[in-house]
Amino acid sequence: MKWEVVIGLEVHAQLATQSKIFSGAATAYGALPNTQACAIDLGMPGVLPVLNEEALHMALKFGLAVNAHLSHESVFARKNYFYPDLPKGYQISQYEIPVVGRGHLDITLDDGTVKRIGITRAHLEEDAGKSLHEDFQGMTGIDLNRAGTPLLEIVSEPDMRSSNEAVAYLKTLHTLVRYLGICDGNMQEGSFRCDANVSVRLKGAEKLGTRCELKNINSFRFVERAINYEVERQIDVLENGGTIAQETRLYDADANTTRTMRSKEEANDYRYFPDPDLLPVCVNEELIARIKTTLPELPQEKRDRFMQHYGLNAYDANVLSSARELAQYFEAVVDVGVDPKLSANWVMGELLAALNKENLAIDESPIPPAALGQLLQRITDNTISGKIAKTVFAHMWLNEGSADEIIEKQGLKQVTDTGAIEKIIDEIIANNPQQLADYKGGKEKLFAFFVGQAMKATQGKANPQQLNDLLKEKLQKA
Amino acid sequence: MMIHTLAEYQKQLLAKKISSLELTQFFLDKMAQHNALNSFITVCAETAKAQAIHADELRAQGKAGPLTGLPFAHKDIFCTRGIKTTCGSKMLDNFIAPYSATVTEKLDDAGMVLLGKTNMDEFAMGSSNENSFYGVVHNPWDTRCVPGGSSGGSAAAVASRIVPAASGTDTGGSIRQPAAFCGITGLKPTYGRISRYGMIAFASSLDQAGPMTQTAEDAALLLNAMAGFDVRDSTSLNVPVPDYTATLNDSLQGLRIGIVPSFFGDGLNSEIGAAIDNAKSVLEKLGAQCVEIELPHHELAIPTYYVVASAECSSNLARYDGVRYGYRAAQPVDLMDLYKRSRSEAFGQEVKRRIMMGTYVLSSGYYDAYYLKAQKARRLISEDFKAAFKNVDVILSPTTPDVAFKIAEKTHDPVKMYLSDIYTIAVNLAGLPAINIPCGFSGQLPIGMQLIGNHLTEARLLNIAHQFQQHSDHHQKVPMMESSS
Amino acid sequence: MSITKEQVDKIAHLARLALTEEEAHAYATQLENIFNLVTVLQQADTAEVRPMAHPMDAKQRLRPDVITEGNEREVMQAIAPLTDMGLYLVPQVIE
Ligand SMILES: [Mg+2]
Ligand SMILES: [Zn+2]
Repeated sequence: MKWEVVIGLEVHAQLATQSKIFSGAATAYGALPNTQACAIDLGMPGVLPVLNEEALHMALKFGLAVNAHLSHESVFARKNYFYPDLPKGYQISQYEIPVVGRGHLDITLDDGTVKRIGITRAHLEEDAGKSLHEDFQGMTGIDLNRAGTPLLEIVSEPDMRSSNEAVAYLKTLHTLVRYLGICDGNMQEGSFRCDANVSVRLKGAEKLGTRCELKNINSFRFVERAINYEVERQIDVLENGGTIAQETRLYDADANTTRTMRSKEEANDYRYFPDPDLLPVCVNEELIARIKTTLPELPQEKRDRFMQHYGLNAYDANVLSSARELAQYFEAVVDVGVDPKLSANWVMGELLAALNKENLAIDESPIPPAALGQLLQRITDNTISGKIAKTVFAHMWLNEGSADEIIEKQGLKQVTDTGAIEKIIDEIIANNPQQLADYKGGKEKLFAFFVGQAMKATQGKANPQQLNDLLKEKLQKA
Repeated sequence: MMIHTLAEYQKQLLAKKISSLELTQFFLDKMAQHNALNSFITVCAETAKAQAIHADELRAQGKAGPLTGLPFAHKDIFCTRGIKTTCGSKMLDNFIAPYSATVTEKLDDAGMVLLGKTNMDEFAMGSSNENSFYGVVHNPWDTRCVPGGSSGGSAAAVASRIVPAASGTDTGGSIRQPAAFCGITGLKPTYGRISRYGMIAFASSLDQAGPMTQTAEDAALLLNAMAGFDVRDSTSLNVPVPDYTATLNDSLQGLRIGIVPSFFGDGLNSEIGAAIDNAKSVLEKLGAQCVEIELPHHELAIPTYYVVASAECSSNLARYDGVRYGYRAAQPVDLMDLYKRSRSEAFGQEVKRRIMMGTYVLSSGYYDAYYLKAQKARRLISEDFKAAFKNVDVILSPTTPDVAFKIAEKTHDPVKMYLSDIYTIAVNLAGLPAINIPCGFSGQLPIGMQLIGNHLTEARLLNIAHQFQQHSDHHQKVPMMESSS
Repeated sequence: MSITKEQVDKIAHLARLALTEEEAHAYATQLENIFNLVTVLQQADTAEVRPMAHPMDAKQRLRPDVITEGNEREVMQAIAPLTDMGLYLVPQVIE
């Protein structure tokens, strides 16, 4: 292809504070309309904003995690425009001096290469309310519960060259903000929203093409689709001799198209100026040092440690470090004294499958990590086979007791008594002369038949290795 | 002549010579008698009486504070829960505030009785009270004249003694100028000394509330209750509040008063100059010394003010959009129509003019030349004062270039109106405290002088004003008025 | 400094004010006069001067992250021009 795609992303992450950025109203999702909008959120006459300490601290946490420059004095400005979900007629946002300056985030591409994406800035601002277009004939209903919710707007450099890279960046960012505990990352509820600036240029060209801003992309899947659609559209326009108009376009997920946003058609003149109701926000070294101590181990650090310390491969380390809670669970299993690889297999396999099936989060698992650890220990010490362990797991899932209790109660203990196993093997060989003859005649596949028969006879409780060894020996002699 | 100050009523309440209810009824009657002045937008007769009865109960139980049971009026810019709060605008004609301003709460907690809400220029924009949706207020000294603005209703009501005291707000002189035109004492404190929460914003970086009273002593009493840090106002100062009445009688010996010679030039009514000369000699007799000083950037004050104040007001008034409260145009055809007609039909000419000016100076291509430039000029003006206060304790100046003018005399010329704020505006830009004190008369119209102090020197300003009032009687003169009933 | 009627119209639109022809012309003249008053600003030497945000150069204070406000919808909407089912209503918004 002769075209190069250039993508920059603007992510609005809702900060996970209890109260709003400038008022004491709750931020909880899903309340009845306008029940969480106080006088300040409603822009009543005479009310004033006071900055939420936690919102600032969360922004600083993010800044530290992306190695960004932190402003010692950032300024809140007013972005003036009229819209019904914007109660004051202006949005309080940071403009010239954001709290978080230049930083970067490393992403891992499908082929395993690591790419560094520049972060231009991240600034604090207040969210607007919501417009509801249905149910009111010819009218729009306004719910201001969300107005004043703290947002961190994270702006990337135009460093991404494909929709895949954009998705990788977005996922890495998504993992990071959840790790930091500053955003719940819920895209359906709008806690993590993405706008994409997309342009194309001829390969080798230095000048950037005219960009379009895509709004309203609320899932990873849509990001990819919206960008792909938009890239095709732009190339199509250019190849047909047209020009791209700089504009804001709305992604329509149902039609999988983008279209011009009518409310943004008119060129805006936001008349930014420093908000006289707020003062410069000071951040000193002492505060930065204090915030630094609250930073958790970051996803990349964790992944590297999992590989080095536990000997996991890159794939396993990646999956297990993708969420803080999952990593925590995995490490708790290992802490019981279980082999890390075995722990990884079970957490990523049996456990995640069971959780997914019931749509449960890892911290809602009916089997706590210590209990799973005990189960896995029974595999390691040969009390049960891996196969039996799956049966035990299923019982544990239903809260029927600990691994040991279930093994005991249901008599699932592995048979390791050599005499007992030999006796069973002798019987099977005696009862299947034809198979024995065929086996002896060179049909080695029949070995599995004898194993199967023996397992059946022991109800799967025979130690597989022991059984194999003894069977081989007996068949040879027979 | 007998005067009836807060301090005197306080003594009478304390001595149980009068009850708060009697006092409240007395003023409610006076307000009704003189309603031709048009100094009130809302009279709170019923709630006032209930507050008075409660105050009397508290006093009987020995739980009364220094201000308990004393009646007063609020400028209609302070939100008062459950009571109409209009800010002088048609826009808020139906606005029953669902919360109270911090100042409202503080005076309420002090046990004061709210008699009513006073008339004012719409959204505090004006110097004559001719910009009120509720009509012009008349100056009690000459009802053909304006009372000044924007706190004109409060000034006229206090001057005519139909209330003992009132609150006001001052963005470019809106306490001091009407106080001068009406012959009363009006203090604009340091920016941030009194909370702005619930005080309807005009220009956020300049607005400041203050007391409007008959005497400096009353201003001190009221300021004691109004001042203080407020967690709800990011710009409020976290500095302890002294007892402003405690230092009223301090000596003026050694006080250094700065005089800016250029303030007393051609633009000043000569009678005002003469009255201030007299005041100077009174203060000198009390031990003060006058020193000439300069404020080199003073000519920048008016342009700086009109850029900063307009810019802030254009943004502050964007919330009035007909959606959540206030005026909404009938039958809007679409959203744009709802916005444009609601705002155009409900805002008055002066408010629209300032919104236009402010929108212009902030719009793309003009921000640096106007708004940013003005914010820098503001620092130059402020630095001038800083330098001056290294040599002097206070600055004495006229409050206004002339006495109260005739109603409608300047309405056609906004620039002329703006220029009349020449002596008061720089104080707001620098966030300084300043007080107007009556110092004479030109014919039957009062003359005021202004004392400007360094940041947080309200106690000293009140002390000087009080000492001056102990040795003068201008503040005791009361206009002759015919009652309207 | 001159201000055209077109400029006045543009500003009025930004400020969401509907002006009559007469008003627009009047504002053009008045704004021009006011800005002539303001030109003196341009002569001031402010090259080395920091803009002033707060008269006392104070810094922003922070509020603890605590919920202090409850549901006040009924009180707040009692003064609203038009609501339904707890929502503020406006003429249809087109995105
Ligand atoms: Mg943006
Ligand atoms: Zn944003």
